[in-house]
Amino acid sequence: MSSTNWNRDPKNSVGKPRRRVDARARVTGQVRFADDLSLPRMLHCRLVRSHVPHAKILGIDASKALARKGVKLVLTGEHFPIAYGVLPVSHDEHPLCNDKVRFVGDPVAAVIATTEEEAIDAANDVVVHYESLTTIATPQEALATPEPRIHTYGDAGNVHKKVHFEFGDVDASFAGAAHVFDDTFFYEGNTHLPIEEHASLAIQDPEGKLCIWSSTQTPHYLHKALAKALAMDPAHIRVIATPNGGGFGGKSDPFNHEIVVAKAALMLGRPVKICLTRLEVFYCHRGRHPIEMRMRTATDKDGNVLALDLQTLLDGGSYGSYGVASTFYSGALQTVTYTIPRYRFRGCRAFTNKPPCGPKRGHGTPQPRFAQEVQLDRIAVKLGKNPADLRLQQLAQPGSLTANFMRIGTIGLGACIDKVVEGSRFRERWGKLPFGRGLGLACSSYLCGAGLAINWAELPHSGVQLRLDRSGEVTAFCGATEIGQGSDDVLANIVAEILGIPPFDVRVVTGDTGLTPVDLGSYSSRVTLMMGNAAIQASERARDLIAKSVGEKLGVPPSRLVFANKRVFDAQDPNVGMTWLEALHRAESDHGTLGTVGSYRPAAPAAKYKGGGVGPSPTYSYSAAVIETQVDPDTGWIHVEHVWVAHDIGRSLNPTLVEGQVIGSVYMGLGEALMEEQVFGRLPPRLSNALVHKIPSILEYKSLTTKDMPDVTTYLIEDPDSAGPFGAKEVGQGPLLPMMPALANSVFDAVGVRVDEIPVTPEKVIRALEAKTKRYGPGEFPTVDWPEPLKVAPPWEGGDGTAQNEKPRKSKIAKDGTRIVTP
Amino acid sequence: MSDPNGLSRRHFLKGVGAGAIVAGSIEALSAEARAAAQAANPCVGPGAVPIKLSINGSVRELAVEPRTTLLDALRNHLDLTGSKKVCDRATCGACTVLIDGKAAYSCTTLAIAAQGRTIETVESLANGAELAPIQKAFVEHDAQQCGFCTPGFVVASEALLRTNASPDRAAVLEGLGGNLCRCGTYVGLKKACMSAGAPAKGGRR
Repeated sequence: MSSTNWNRDPKNSVGKPRRRVDARARVTGQVRFADDLSLPRMLHCRLVRSHVPHAKILGIDASKALARKGVKLVLTGEHFPIAYGVLPVSHDEHPLCNDKVRFVGDPVAAVIATTEEEAIDAANDVVVHYESLTTIATPQEALATPEPRIHTYGDAGNVHKKVHFEFGDVDASFAGAAHVFDDTFFYEGNTHLPIEEHASLAIQDPEGKLCIWSSTQTPHYLHKALAKALAMDPAHIRVIATPNGGGFGGKSDPFNHEIVVAKAALMLGRPVKICLTRLEVFYCHRGRHPIEMRMRTATDKDGNVLALDLQTLLDGGSYGSYGVASTFYSGALQTVTYTIPRYRFRGCRAFTNKPPCGPKRGHGTPQPRFAQEVQLDRIAVKLGKNPADLRLQQLAQPGSLTANFMRIGTIGLGACIDKVVEGSRFRERWGKLPFGRGLGLACSSYLCGAGLAINWAELPHSGVQLRLDRSGEVTAFCGATEIGQGSDDVLANIVAEILGIPPFDVRVVTGDTGLTPVDLGSYSSRVTLMMGNAAIQASERARDLIAKSVGEKLGVPPSRLVFANKRVFDAQDPNVGMTWLEALHRAESDHGTLGTVGSYRPAAPAAKYKGGGVGPSPTYSYSAAVIETQVDPDTGWIHVEHVWVAHDIGRSLNPTLVEGQVIGSVYMGLGEALMEEQVFGRLPPRLSNALVHKIPSILEYKSLTTKDMPDVTTYLIEDPDSAGPFGAKEVGQGPLLPMMPALANSVFDAVGVRVDEIPVTPEKVIRALEAKTKRYGPGEFPTVDWPEPLKVAPPWEGGDGTAQNEKPRKSKIAKDGTRIVTP
Repeated sequence: MSDPNGLSRRHFLKGVGAGAIVAGSIEALSAEARAAAQAANPCVGPGAVPIKLSINGSVRELAVEPRTTLLDALRNHLDLTGSKKVCDRATCGACTVLIDGKAAYSCTTLAIAAQGRTIETVESLANGAELAPIQKAFVEHDAQQCGFCTPGFVVASEALLRTNASPDRAAVLEGLGGNLCRCGTYVGLKKACMSAGAPAKGGRR
């Protein structure tokens, strides 16, 4: 009956492939998404967005719009003096721009009208007067153009954040290295493109409080942002996260439109709804940062890495969003896949006049992972080794601390590599296929939830509450948000496993700050592990209550009772027992109304240096993939023939959904590898010189269709980790990471050229084939004025996780009790 | 995707060209000619006009502006929210309905032009509590994640299976090629579509 041994063998529903509990609603079109909701007397909202990329707002004339039929209200920045943002260190957004606009698409006004059509027509009549400012298109321009500043905070000029870490004497390792590899890479930005546009419906409830339904992955953070931006008591705000029609990180920020409809509903006393257009979803963005990278690696004569020296330059777009975390993430997890004895990481995020970048599936790690995995392929070729062997000889070690003090749990990576190598016959075929056909291998690791919360506080990251009804139904309440990944199924499954009932008998109520205990949200691959552990605690407490009553009645020690098949019975004599319903009634008569709670907070990270809060996780998942491609040397066309992917899942709670997540990651990864890009162009100077999105539509923003999706062979590696529920790790993000480098490596194997840039397009392949260097990619890494490094000795050099040269850190307590530490 | 009006893209482009010529010479038309043209093509709107739509076996009467798409009519006027608005320009297929038994993008079909045709939405496929075979196949093969594109895929699959009871792989890829899924459920979708059509699996086909 211990609550500590979570690495146990499941007996009931966990581990068995099963249809998801919420499948029926999906195939019948009955899931109620935010835009499917409507209420009596509901009004519609439309935002007026900037058509200039960087400008002071001189004035807004809404008189013509207000005079139109059906228009109830026009809001502008004056209504929203308080800034907000998701990270405590970058509260740099206003629901409607106050003084200036920072990108084409920045909202400056909102029109609320009786019908959507009236709101659209009136929004077109709002006149905004601007005074244009110099616009900044790239990080290089941002470094060279300190004035005018896009924001008045940040490390300098238009640099948002710079970080510099050194774990051990990297230069000494390079000086003594047998080989040094030095490559530059570029990873173009791309966007989530959730199929569902963001939508929100806000009401002033009959008692005057605020309630909002919204397609958000993070109702808790929206709750906090609403309270701040509207200066309201959070106890009078209820946020209900509707099921998300895809998120992928794109609905993780609190958004301006959510706060705008909330304000409008409170001012008008009527329901106000907004559903963004597809164009506006491109403006919301918060997607993959474009990153320039320089990766230097020192190895011994066998190709074992002695030291890694990574520089990243991130194009942050116009606001902070999660960008400070993204900057750290562009380096933090580089040490978790292979043994890296010494490591230097320098990262810089610049502001540009484009939609803000933020977290997309893999958050900050796909870019440097691409760089390292492609460089490892080069190292293997140079040293005449098989790429699989080069990796297998230097895998990170289970149960170890990395050079930057990430604590690693179990590692199934060796088994993952073996599976995909065997499945694809990589050893027999790599380097030996006819010209035009190739195989590429790559690996990765990923977080299972961030070890530290965004708002540092010694509070649980996830809570689960159970209500056990006399009918036999169990209701599980949790703040986690179903975004398609199957978190509702995970919750039902875990509760059902422990109580021995079918998952379908568990009702899940999730993502409602008015009903459910806080869960921080569906991001950073945290839900299965954190909500799962909280669910285990709540379920075991319920099971223990019931076992006590049943044990007394049957004269059997509670520890000998088994919960399975809707029965509670003696393990030694299964005939001695009672039905689930009888057991519930027995327990309720003994204990009164039955309800339990559970919660989870990760252990304190081992990294204690400033900035070491980004990267730690209760455990890490691992993936390996081999991609087979056919490349036409005349056209550069790349056809993906087959993908073999293995994922270290710890334990599959529901293998059906795990496989779906792996294949979904393969899909999204291939899109990034081959075609997806969020790119901008300048209009001619006579047309305002504006930075405009080149392809803001689903038609032009290319993604894979049924016809493009290759067959996928999936292997699930189960090496349970004691940190995970039943040993489970994450699966939503990790398997995406090896796709991009594996694809690039397969193109090299096929036609002998290196495309050091994502996406790998036919044009780039042709250019590489025509180049003397047989390479297409960026030239020199831009010059960045880096700060002094924070020096931390690796664990094997006597380090204790603190920096040797760190100044004392500023920390303050926010009004809501959150401790804010400058990262 | 067949056009509910039976127009091909080529016809449409030719029509646009002809329209441009007419517009260019409209000043030259005599008043009598203009009146005759209007009598032949009565002008309605821009305000709401009454229309009748045959949807899911019953005739629904509503008043919509002529610019209202069938998708907006379904979602905003008839509470049939299973069809989804995603791209709103005939790219992604989340709005797919059956018009006279064939898959059509309801986002680029005007409601007023859908009069006199038989419209079926995702809401009509299940027989009460009993899911349609294609819906069962979607559940069985985990052909859904977030579920936002799913209704469109279900309807597109249904359209395919009505014309081809046992589609092979190539037919499925073609039949579902007009729909986009962002969760990447394509592998499950293919399996679901092929298994629902396979005679060995039973069902009504």
